[in-house]
Amino acid sequence: MTMTKGEPPAGQADGTPGRRSHMPGDGTAAAAAIEQARREMLHDVRTRKRTRIGADALMEALIRQGADTLFSYPGGVILPIYDILGDYPEIRHILVRHEQGGAHAADGYARASGRVGVCMGTSGPGATNLVTGIATAQLDSVPMVAITGNVPGSLIGKDAFQEIDITGITLPMTKHNYLIRNADDIPRVIAEAFYIAKHGRPGPVHVDLTKDALQQETRAEHPSLVDVIAGLPGFRPNTEGHPKQLKTAAREIAQAKRPLILAGHGVLIAEAWDELRAFAEKTQIPVAWTLLGIGAMDEEHPLAYGYMGMHGWKHVNRAIQAADLLIAIGMRFDDRVTGSVRTYAPYARIIHADIDPAEIGKNVAVEVPIVGDAKNVIVGLTKLVHEVEPAARAGYHAQLAEWRHESEEASWHGSGGWREGVLSADFVVSRIGELTDHVATYVADVGQNQMWLARYTKFRRPHSHISSGGLGTMGFAVPAAMGAALGNPSAETWAICGDGGFQMTSQELMTLAADRIPVKIALLDNKKLGMIRQWQEIFYAENYHSSHLPGPDFAKLADAYGIPAFKATKTDEVDGVIRAAQAVDGPALIWFEIEQEQNVFPIMPAGKGLSDLIETWGAPEE
Amino acid sequence: MSPDQTPTPPTPAAAAAPPTPPTPAAPAAPPTPAPEAAPTPAAHAAPPPRSLPGTGQAHRHILVVLVMDRPGVLNRVASLMRARNFNIDSLAVSRTDKPHISRMTLTLHGDDVAVEQAAKQLYRLIDVLKVQDVTADQVVEHELALLKVRATDGNRAEVIKIVELYKGRIVDIAPDAVIVEASGTEAEIDSLVALVRGYGIKELVRTGAVVMLRGAGSIEEALKL
Repeated sequence: MTMTKGEPPAGQADGTPGRRSHMPGDGTAAAAAIEQARREMLHDVRTRKRTRIGADALMEALIRQGADTLFSYPGGVILPIYDILGDYPEIRHILVRHEQGGAHAADGYARASGRVGVCMGTSGPGATNLVTGIATAQLDSVPMVAITGNVPGSLIGKDAFQEIDITGITLPMTKHNYLIRNADDIPRVIAEAFYIAKHGRPGPVHVDLTKDALQQETRAEHPSLVDVIAGLPGFRPNTEGHPKQLKTAAREIAQAKRPLILAGHGVLIAEAWDELRAFAEKTQIPVAWTLLGIGAMDEEHPLAYGYMGMHGWKHVNRAIQAADLLIAIGMRFDDRVTGSVRTYAPYARIIHADIDPAEIGKNVAVEVPIVGDAKNVIVGLTKLVHEVEPAARAGYHAQLAEWRHESEEASWHGSGGWREGVLSADFVVSRIGELTDHVATYVADVGQNQMWLARYTKFRRPHSHISSGGLGTMGFAVPAAMGAALGNPSAETWAICGDGGFQMTSQELMTLAADRIPVKIALLDNKKLGMIRQWQEIFYAENYHSSHLPGPDFAKLADAYGIPAFKATKTDEVDGVIRAAQAVDGPALIWFEIEQEQNVFPIMPAGKGLSDLIETWGAPEE
Repeated sequence: MSPDQTPTPPTPAAAAAPPTPPTPAAPAAPPTPAPEAAPTPAAHAAPPPRSLPGTGQAHRHILVVLVMDRPGVLNRVASLMRARNFNIDSLAVSRTDKPHISRMTLTLHGDDVAVEQAAKQLYRLIDVLKVQDVTADQVVEHELALLKVRATDGNRAEVIKIVELYKGRIVDIAPDAVIVEASGTEAEIDSLVALVRGYGIKELVRTGAVVMLRGAGSIEEALKL
């Protein structure tokens, strides 16, 4: 069996056994004994003569595809898989505490590692619990293979116990999906699923397997890559930018006086950050980024200009509104980026490069469409453009620098929380960035915490920022950070969440504890659904219905799971608790009781344009 | 048709904004900063509002879609059109002469850009091999209709005459009704239906249009498999 494995799971590089679920802590005698017994048992099972069933074909196929981690929760119809799972120690099984957590973990794993994340659940409720996580991956173009079991083929359509038409449910929210009723189809379908998930514009692929398909004996062989591609005649993503379009784009760039690069998730997916920097340096064009484009450019780079959109930096939105050319690469002009399209970038011509032709011309009309992979397009453009001396753009750069200075000065006051003695969220996230040298993996939840993180933590490494941008899934941070920590074990992993989102998936604390996954959780507790409260304050006449959210004693909660917890309520405690959490070998939680009514500014009201930012609200209490 | 296609500004305050130059007194209520001095030549007037993709003028389009003949492919196409806010006027599906390939003929209303967007979205489906908008091409377009028309001894001859004028056929006769089989373009069948409506249509079924390019050109042969 050929194996194309990525980085070994944590703990295996030095020959020590990998950490597994239901294991006591590493290094203890009990752990060693259990590990030894388990290995002997595995050896026994593997050499045992038994027939190869569909579940074996599934596990073989996953291993062939390089999967090393499976986030899953057992159930009736996938028991045939659990029955043979022990025979495949190449795959580390993470027993999540809820299928949604498993789907988000596979998502975080994929985003942190660049590989395909794999999650699994049983039929019926197990499958529907995966749905939110699959939709999150779909909206953010994350490569994922979600596996579900289904009732035996003869019971399909009979409303059997735990039967639901799950392929009907996932059809509009996956890149593709399959229902397998025959074990012989498993090798081909899994190979196709991985190929589809990671090629072209990535996305989730759902594979539903009937219980009898998992149990049937099969001799089906695994297809070669050539066979897989030949079997998918309708899937031929175009990755090369059209030379004529690239030439047109280069001409536009040569003529532009106030050009701006808009970098999106596509730059990170294509691993084109070095090419982007080279392109920006050659043309001396500043780079702005979308929420998911964070990390495409080192924020300390002189041409890195900042985060755009509804809660983006004012100077960035101003530069977009004044630009005469936007070079959009791997981004999709989401409504959170453009606001009202009618007033968006009124002076700008637009070059739009994306691997998905359907994104081009969908939200804004563009002058130069380029269909292609971000890396190929950037390399092609870099070859065609003329080198520009910084002096040639001195006036433009000076104007941008002035705007940036104004906006950065104003924003600290606009947040309303930057006052003596009050613990301000923007301070917390900026300290987390500083104390992790800006190279950890930071996983955001959704809401104010997400925007504070995007604005005030400087990101200096690609894939260091993970956020549910498209679907905006609360409860994303903790499980996604769990997956991210396993997908990129070399980076320290932080989950930044609010008290609302944290309570949606806090059951995964047990997974973190049981598998000793070293995620540091920064819980920004304002005892509110902060973004809802902010909208109610500004747009709904302070009618604070249901946005007050009393929570439990989070330190006791973490403690109950066996996770060390720290608490900070004052500015001068922040560095201490961050360092203490970093010193913990394993997961840790920091409970930051922050200012309760702090807002994220600027904010672009819904339906308004990028020039209509609200920068402050109400009178400061000074 | 997406509601976004009609460029009506959401609020009265915003309605005043686009045609006028950006004046210091911005219409928004909250305290706003100084007007943004866009570094443009002084002669440059306020920019016109950015045009939305498409003309907003909807008319009938015919799409030919070649798909892999796999379970659920009809569901995928139909689900996508619903999710992307397109109304399918008619849809005809059948096998082709190539094994495993089916052909759908889809008619819908939309402006050129919106329909192009629908075609691009269809291409995202793994089972879709080819989408071609044949609206502007020379095509043979046909649709089959069966009409059960009320016809008694008193007016049966009249009905038969109208049907013959439209090159239709009577395929069944009962004491009080006839079944008319007619084929032609959508418009031809529409006008036949309008003419016999006065006699009373008891039942009507139409297959939806199928089209084929005139000349030797072939959508199927252009497929690279």
